[in-house]
Amino acid sequence: MTLTELPAPRVDDAAPAAPRPPRVRWRAAGRLARRRLLFVVPVLVVVSGGVFAVADASPFDPLAGYLGDRYLTASEQAQARIADELGTGRPWWQQYGDWLGGLLTGDLGVSRSFGQPVAQVLAERLPWTLLLTGVSLGLAVLTALLLGTWSAARRGGWVDRVVTSTCLLLQAVPPFVIALGAVALFALGLAWLPVAGLTDAGAELTVGQVARHLVLPAAVLAASQLPWLLLNVRQSLLAALADDAVLAARARGLAESTVVLRHALPTALLPFVTLLGARLPELVVGAVLVEEVFSWPGLAQAVVTSAVELDFPLLAVLTLLTTAAVLLGSLLADVAYVLLDPRVAADG
Amino acid sequence: MADRRLRAGVVLLVLLAGYALLVPWLAGVDDRVTDFAAARQGPSWAHLFGTDSAGRDLFVRTAAGLRVSLFIAVVCALLSVLIGALVGALSAAAGGWVDRLTMRVVDGVNAVPHLLLGIVLVALFRGSLVAIIASIALTHWTQVARIVRAEVLSLRDREHVDAALLGGATRWRVVRRHLLPAALPQALVAAVLLLPHAVWHESTLSFLGLGLPPHAASLGTLLQEARSSLLLGGWWTLVFPALGLVLATLAVAAIGAALRDRAALPERAGAQL
Repeated sequence: MTLTELPAPRVDDAAPAAPRPPRVRWRAAGRLARRRLLFVVPVLVVVSGGVFAVADASPFDPLAGYLGDRYLTASEQAQARIADELGTGRPWWQQYGDWLGGLLTGDLGVSRSFGQPVAQVLAERLPWTLLLTGVSLGLAVLTALLLGTWSAARRGGWVDRVVTSTCLLLQAVPPFVIALGAVALFALGLAWLPVAGLTDAGAELTVGQVARHLVLPAAVLAASQLPWLLLNVRQSLLAALADDAVLAARARGLAESTVVLRHALPTALLPFVTLLGARLPELVVGAVLVEEVFSWPGLAQAVVTSAVELDFPLLAVLTLLTTAAVLLGSLLADVAYVLLDPRVAADG
Repeated sequence: MADRRLRAGVVLLVLLAGYALLVPWLAGVDDRVTDFAAARQGPSWAHLFGTDSAGRDLFVRTAAGLRVSLFIAVVCALLSVLIGALVGALSAAAGGWVDRLTMRVVDGVNAVPHLLLGIVLVALFRGSLVAIIASIALTHWTQVARIVRAEVLSLRDREHVDAALLGGATRWRVVRRHLLPAALPQALVAAVLLLPHAVWHESTLSFLGLGLPPHAASLGTLLQEARSSLLLGGWWTLVFPALGLVLATLAVAAIGAALRDRAALPERAGAQL
């Protein structure tokens, strides 16, 4: 089984699958979650170990990462002493072991580019990233459901054509180009919204300020994810509308809105849940680019800062954290799928 | 439908490639040479796409950037196919625990956001073209591996393979002579499907200031430059390189989608950035 695709649902041909009682589904979901968690841990260990191994192979001297500009002025003895203290001269697996040990005891090291302990950087920036990605994802999902259902229900109409072709075009525009275009149009050209940042320069951190500065980045991030979600909703709803059950519902004379919303949509939403999990890496990538363009003080921007400044302790933790978030997100999507779909026999 | 899409994609790609290859050559100027007297000029007959903050002609520079980006994308796609085809074919031919382990590795690579791996790799080997190419190839081979593996699995139990094994051919020879060539067409379609992602990946890394150095034109470095020029009203620094990027993406995506439909590959193939 792969991470992003569930096994093909095993449908019993002989008898129509009766919805299983909730308790059975929860147990199946629990088994699935347990098995998948067993996969998460080795991946995290390999990924973080890989970061250390690559750093070891790279021409970059870890001391330069710790010392910054002082690296150029520090004497050789001083460098040797610091290398000894930090243990950077040792083989990478020993350093990795120490780092893992520190991680487990809550010591994440110090970030040079922010001049703070890594834990503090995380604590200060995580909420802003969660705010941005949460709002964007909510916006994208809502829009995808509304417009996707509308365009599938009125297939071939002008709404459908406009929405579909806009999505196909938007799929070809990278998130950072959408971001730059939005800045050029709405912030610089029309001057409706601020260019970047969390608040106006020197302004107090208030809800109104943050909300005004959130509009553009959140809209851009949502727009960069929207086409995939929307086209998926439209496609699966069209497939569901061609189903015999829908034909039967129509034959019983049910209103069109009842047919679409009560009979077709629930079936169509199942693949959507899986897609949401599969799109998580893209959401992370989008967040990195949007936060960078809009100077949004979140974790994704810190990824870029720590990479540009070669702030290794922060970069390693952020890599681990992002990977964990993506793995857990796709796990959640699969668990939701098992809970929602009465047919899936979770094979765990 | 598929054919119209294929034709439109090919025509667009040929036009773009012609522009990217011919313009820098015909213009006869080095796109990196600065001319500060001509800085920040809007589009005109002398400079069709305007000039950037160092007075470099953007008509020439966008062409040069497009050339670099397309070149990197093609190399990355070919490398990904090479890795993916080998891993996929060997994994399917070996079967058993080797196959299961390989598929777990594929899952693992897919689980990490690809751009993040790229950022880490490129940050540690700064400004190196090899690092950029490696970071893209090393994260994009998994789709190809899946496709080739599925193809080889369906071929493995065919009679000509049995005949070759009975005739005393080694496993490796069977993979090389019978299984890989049969899976090659599908792998090449997968390569085309990878192209748009490789273009995006490179331009994104360069945009973040981690890819190519700023003076080297690539679509990413041009858009990075546009970021500051925009604040001074230079809309043309954004519009033309972005147009090049979007058109190139649309062209290769159209070709890829048309080929995918012909090869009857699943919709999801190549869906991950």
